[in-house]
Amino acid sequence: MKLYVKYDINLACRVLLQEQLEALEIKYELLEFGEIEINESVTDEQFSTLQNNLSRYGIEIINNQKSQLVQRIKDTIIEMIYEKDKLPTSTISNYLADKLNLSYGYIANVFSEYTYTSIENFIIIQKIERAKKLIIEDGLTLTEVSYKLNYSSVAYLSAQFKKVTGLTPSAFKRIVDRRRELAQNA
Amino acid sequence: MIEDSQSKMQILLCDDDEDDRMFFSDAIIELKMQHILTVFQTGVELMDYLHHPDTYLPHILFLDINMPCKSGLECLQEIREHSKFKDLVIAIYSTSNNAEDIEETFANGANIYIKKPSDFDKLKKTIHHILNLNWQYHTAGLNKETFFLSI
Repeated sequence: MKLYVKYDINLACRVLLQEQLEALEIKYELLEFGEIEINESVTDEQFSTLQNNLSRYGIEIINNQKSQLVQRIKDTIIEMIYEKDKLPTSTISNYLADKLNLSYGYIANVFSEYTYTSIENFIIIQKIERAKKLIIEDGLTLTEVSYKLNYSSVAYLSAQFKKVTGLTPSAFKRIVDRRRELAQNA
Repeated sequence: MIEDSQSKMQILLCDDDEDDRMFFSDAIIELKMQHILTVFQTGVELMDYLHHPDTYLPHILFLDINMPCKSGLECLQEIREHSKFKDLVIAIYSTSNNAEDIEETFANGANIYIKKPSDFDKLKKTIHHILNLNWQYHTAGLNKETFFLSI
């Protein structure tokens, strides 16, 4: 038997963090953007245990200011794409600058220095990632996907999909279906 | 902070043809992204390496589809039978441009299908693009099961 599951990565991480922090009896408050406010002092031993336990799940405690900023930029972009019904009406550069309270020039520079890509490109990759999920998991049509992700037309979505993956959305769907079929027959 | 071994991209290359190995290695070496490249001449060597218990899972494998004894497609299928390799990004390259071949290779577990360019500069650009995109998949927690790139 095969089951297909859908999961909320954000929720999973929050629950995981809660469990790990509670197991070590650390008093905390979970904030947005993967920030955790620790309400009392933590011993070195507690800190390294926490670091070890979290690393098993691929969660790292970030110490460096610039990589923290990069993480916040990524989280803001992902939140913008996943959690808002509609993407912001103002430009993305204004939105990021407002939200992070820094100049866009600085944000963009730090981002490309650390990620080998530009903010614009990162947004496109993330939007196509969401489009893939909406097509496969939610079974939306391209028209519905383009509306949900604020594309001006289906043609523009298809063109961007093709640019990022080298495939048309329908070829993409055929491949995923064929993979499932092969896995089922294995 | 990210450990050093994790901040460098770990790249494997497997090709039976010496000229092609040079062609790919040279293109990879010229990139500015920090990396560690390990090269294999046969599919059998590659599989032995991957199955070795001390092997750290690489970030990406470039695999020639046409190899004697054990072909790239056989390696691909064998790798995908093991769940411990599910996060390994596999880039298959071939001279075929046939749409059906491409879709079938993806269905069998490839993430990237490269139509081998004949020109060195094009190859360098292609590899650069692939490694950058792969780095985003690796660092931004994107779903590798639906990571496809035909280039």
